[in-house]
Amino acid sequence: MRLSELPKGTDAVVDRVHDAHAADPIAQRLRDLGFVDGEPVRVVALGPLGADPLLIQIGSTRFALRRSEAARVTVRREAA
Amino acid sequence: MSAGSLRIALVGNPNCGKTALFNLLTGGRQKVANYAGVTIERKEGRFTAPSGRVLQLLDLPGTYSLEANSPDEQITRDVLEGKYPGEARPDLIVCVADATNLRLHLRFVLEVKRLGLPVVLALNMVDAAQRRGIVIDVPELHRRLGLPVVETVAVRRGGALALIERVDGDVPVAAAARLDDTASRADLHAQVREILSAAVTMPRQTAAMDDALDRWALHPVFGLAILAVVMFLVFQAVYSAGKPMTDVIGEGFGWLGTQAATLMPAGPLQSLIVDGLFGGLGTVIGFLPEILVLFFFILALEESGYLPRAAFLLDRLMMSVGLTGRSFIPLLSSFACAIPGIMGTRSIQDPRDRLATILVAPLMTCSARLPVYALLIGAFIPMHHVLGIFNLQGLVLFALYLAGILGAMAVGWVIKRIHRDKSEHALLMELPSYRMPKLRDIAIGLWERGAIFLKRLTGVILALTVLMWFISTFPSPPAGAVGPAINYSFAGYLGHGLQYIFAPLGFNWQISLSLIPAFAARETAVAALATVYAVGGDAGTGGLAHALVANFSLASALSLLVWFAFAPQCMSTLAVIRRETHSWRNVAISFSYMFAVAYAASLLTYQITRLLT
Repeated sequence: MRLSELPKGTDAVVDRVHDAHAADPIAQRLRDLGFVDGEPVRVVALGPLGADPLLIQIGSTRFALRRSEAARVTVRREAA
Repeated sequence: MSAGSLRIALVGNPNCGKTALFNLLTGGRQKVANYAGVTIERKEGRFTAPSGRVLQLLDLPGTYSLEANSPDEQITRDVLEGKYPGEARPDLIVCVADATNLRLHLRFVLEVKRLGLPVVLALNMVDAAQRRGIVIDVPELHRRLGLPVVETVAVRRGGALALIERVDGDVPVAAAARLDDTASRADLHAQVREILSAAVTMPRQTAAMDDALDRWALHPVFGLAILAVVMFLVFQAVYSAGKPMTDVIGEGFGWLGTQAATLMPAGPLQSLIVDGLFGGLGTVIGFLPEILVLFFFILALEESGYLPRAAFLLDRLMMSVGLTGRSFIPLLSSFACAIPGIMGTRSIQDPRDRLATILVAPLMTCSARLPVYALLIGAFIPMHHVLGIFNLQGLVLFALYLAGILGAMAVGWVIKRIHRDKSEHALLMELPSYRMPKLRDIAIGLWERGAIFLKRLTGVILALTVLMWFISTFPSPPAGAVGPAINYSFAGYLGHGLQYIFAPLGFNWQISLSLIPAFAARETAVAALATVYAVGGDAGTGGLAHALVANFSLASALSLLVWFAFAPQCMSTLAVIRRETHSWRNVAISFSYMFAVAYAASLLTYQITRLLT
């Protein structure tokens, strides 16, 4: 499942970040920000227009990601 | 390390408190606020350690990684790698990490450690971490990282004593290793996780306060409503809190002028002192309270951590007009002055988004326009109350600010149409924890802004006012001339000449003339008008506002307000656009589009108002 499809308030863990194209700087930045295998994530809030951007909680940090950015991250739900 | 001066660089993730630490150590007054990307340049300071050694401290822009994405991050990477022109590689790195956010910040610490320079880790905001019940086993952290670790509280006096002691001693050098492939990058995360589980316990991931506030502040409906109310209250406050003080100052200078006039013999010198200095400069200085009220709110908002929330709420809207949520903070600071706003765009990674933000930033109503607005609104708009609570003058002021914002949206939309590209523009923005604004920081910020304003006033504005007085007074009319003397002066000729261009907008020759010094600093328009009317003898006793009402129509006044909302003014802004984009072409584009927009909008305003009144 993609992070952009994760319902608000549901706990999940990151699977991996996919490059949208070769040497994708956005994907690399996401990995640097901690979107790596096994990190717990949650969608905390959604933007007022078109539910974009998404506010993602990862670790103790909150990042605003646009849908297209969040779509690079695949997540899995885990019974925590 | 040899005795003498030791070069120390402060690095870390954005918004971890590097600049607060820098200010604490050096006694500096660099700007601090609560969002990522406040520091966009390298700043240097020095302090003397207890051993008597002089330490040179370098404050660098925050970055998440040494793989730089934006111009400000490149500065940090280049300095650390010793590639920054004219800058020796630092002898020691103080890596600052937010103790409440170690999962993110420790990864960068590990990356920095691999540079092979001596590193000290400063665990900052340990007070906030304690409040949230976060327990950090410092000896264990030190053992696992292989780096000296000290705790700091950058916002507290004496909060960096442990750090000073540490950097004054010898610091072991970490083993150097380069990061090349993604495998070793993933290793860093694995290491961070290991270290955290051994050395840090967190009762909960986030501050309960943040969650509660964000439920309202980021709510799709209430969030937008709160944002609108906050913005509206700021502009109402500027007018209702600033205006009474402005009146007092204005009357004070009027009285001083009258006193000076009785003490001095009549003649050119008296006219310079009374008309030029007390009349012209006195009018401008009266607007200091309004400017300070505006800055008070901007600084408080910056400190609170609310601004990135506003950027989150507005991202989609701003994207539809070719900007980005990240443009919000530079654009908001452009309400103070477009120059720091344009420089602040360095934290926008995407080149197209950044250029679009730079081009629209001068449309935001900067504080230099405020004296012009306040003067004209005070003179021409009646002090009615609308719906019982709002006053009409405040509403007109709000409408002018809104005109700038809508203009910026329209221009952004046009740029997006012309400058089509398929590439993706990222947001990727961190939302910091909320923080209570510190009165001391706000006071320092207000002091700095007040000092800048007074410096401008006694520098460029004073010089231009004297010049305006000179060209309005000389040459004297020839013997036997009829009509006011000022018509024979340089100013008279220049103003009448310019009026050919501006007459369709309803500007008389005095206004047309005042637009020239306004190009150096907008506020000077007020001083210039005051001088010209005083020298011309039209000012009477009621001050500039009365002279204006007697000399031009409501249509002209509205047209002038609209002109100031859009016109390309202030050479410094154009110079900063040149410096930040390295292109005269962008300067030419900014100047010509703003001139065209201002001319068209003023023309419409004047002609329509004339038909209606």
